[in-house]
Amino acid sequence: MRDLTNEILELIRRTSTDLPHDVETRLREAVGKEEPGSAARGALETILKNIELSRKNSTPLCQDTGTPIFYVHYPEGMSTRALKKQIREAMAEATKRSYMRPNAVDAIYDKNSGNNLGGDEFPYIHFEEVDAGQPLTIELMLKGGGCENVGAQYSLPNSQLGAGRDLKGVRKVVLDAVQKAQGQGCAPGILGVSIGGDRGSSYYASKEVLFSKMGTRSEDPNLAELEERLTGEANQMGIGPMGFGGQTTVLDTKITGLHRLPASYFVSVSYMCWAYRRRKMTVEGEEVVYD
Amino acid sequence: MREITIPISDETVRSLKVGEPVALTGVMMTGRDAVHKWMIDTFIKQTRQPQGDDLEVYAAIKPLLEHGVIYHCGPVVAGLDTKEYKFVAAGPTTSIREEPYQADVMRHFDARGVIGKGGMGPKTLAGCQEVPFVYFHAIGGAASYIAQSVQKVLGVHKLDFGVPEAMWVIEVKEFPVVVTMDSHGGSQHAMIDEKSRKVFEELLAKS
Ligand code: SF4
Repeated sequence: MRDLTNEILELIRRTSTDLPHDVETRLREAVGKEEPGSAARGALETILKNIELSRKNSTPLCQDTGTPIFYVHYPEGMSTRALKKQIREAMAEATKRSYMRPNAVDAIYDKNSGNNLGGDEFPYIHFEEVDAGQPLTIELMLKGGGCENVGAQYSLPNSQLGAGRDLKGVRKVVLDAVQKAQGQGCAPGILGVSIGGDRGSSYYASKEVLFSKMGTRSEDPNLAELEERLTGEANQMGIGPMGFGGQTTVLDTKITGLHRLPASYFVSVSYMCWAYRRRKMTVEGEEVVYD
Repeated sequence: MREITIPISDETVRSLKVGEPVALTGVMMTGRDAVHKWMIDTFIKQTRQPQGDDLEVYAAIKPLLEHGVIYHCGPVVAGLDTKEYKFVAAGPTTSIREEPYQADVMRHFDARGVIGKGGMGPKTLAGCQEVPFVYFHAIGGAASYIAQSVQKVLGVHKLDFGVPEAMWVIEVKEFPVVVTMDSHGGSQHAMIDEKSRKVFEELLAKS
């Protein structure tokens, strides 16, 4: 198997310094909705200038380069051990080159590892096998800490919010999460929502949906409708960019459903900040393509 | 956008109102958790004796903070080996962690502005009215852009606290911020929270 360390390093560089086109487009659209001269508009304009500057200079979009989350689809027969080693080496090198800030801190002894490698779980890597003839794909998402801190998990029913175990109840708790987050997750944000599962699988799934492109709707028409509705209603709350007040608080909502135990009904909300950093590389034979 | 230079006069501070976008120019200092704690313990509550270069550093920052500005920021800095420092990424960090200390620090040093993100609580807001000072909200995540408004790194104190925790003295030009807590008891954060809660309650009532 060929060594992909350099190609993965390039994936990390692009992810950290160059915001995906679909996200930038949404941010540009949002600018026009805010009053000229308002704090909200100023915030979005600064964000857009920051995006251009980071791309031009190859510097991190945000100094918090986040939790690196890799999703790897590998053709049958490829060694996941080798892939993991290459990903980890690329991560250490990316840190050396300042594409990534040293961001892995030992929780017990408060020590920063200095190279973004910490134990077996940092960076987080998920492997999925595909047919032998299929290309290898590696997706990377960088999930910031400020927005991760405003994520929330609810166990339904929730009597305080009057939220039962159905999509109506889901709507209520998601809106609650947005109201509580205010601007703290560096709004405008993108919501990843998962319904069902256990506490752990539910949170993972709420991040996994964030790998899809802006505006991609769920195939389930009921969820698709709820996605649209939540984005609209979240924006009615007027929290605005950075919590300065304004029209755009949430750029998009993505919902997925899991199976659950009869006894539990979890709803997990992952809040993704405007620095919605996710990129994909596809390896087909000798060719490596970045999206 | 209104342009303001540091040091900031009382008159200017009192004229600033929540929601106002401002561009800051002048010399300011970064300080976060370690710095605030050091100031409180060594010079304000004096629960700890000054040690090492504490007194020298204090003498150096005192005139700087008079009518000056503290920035809650843990920068990424290049040129650490050559001491030709340059800010690479310098976005704001979450301010609320300094809530127990901020008002006392501002009063002691007679400072007029604090920059950060996410806003602060009632103790700081009361301090804003009394000292007076204002809270400026920077744009979270705009690390490259803000780093570019840092014209020059004039020096650093207490580098032994670590790069993100040290006191970096920087000269900035047109640093973009928004006033979100003013010296008249106004807090954009409290206002937006209340407004959005009302809408949220209306939405909850719908099915
Ligand atoms: S929430 Fe996102 S944009 Fe804000 S500081 Fe964290 S990583 Fe940066």
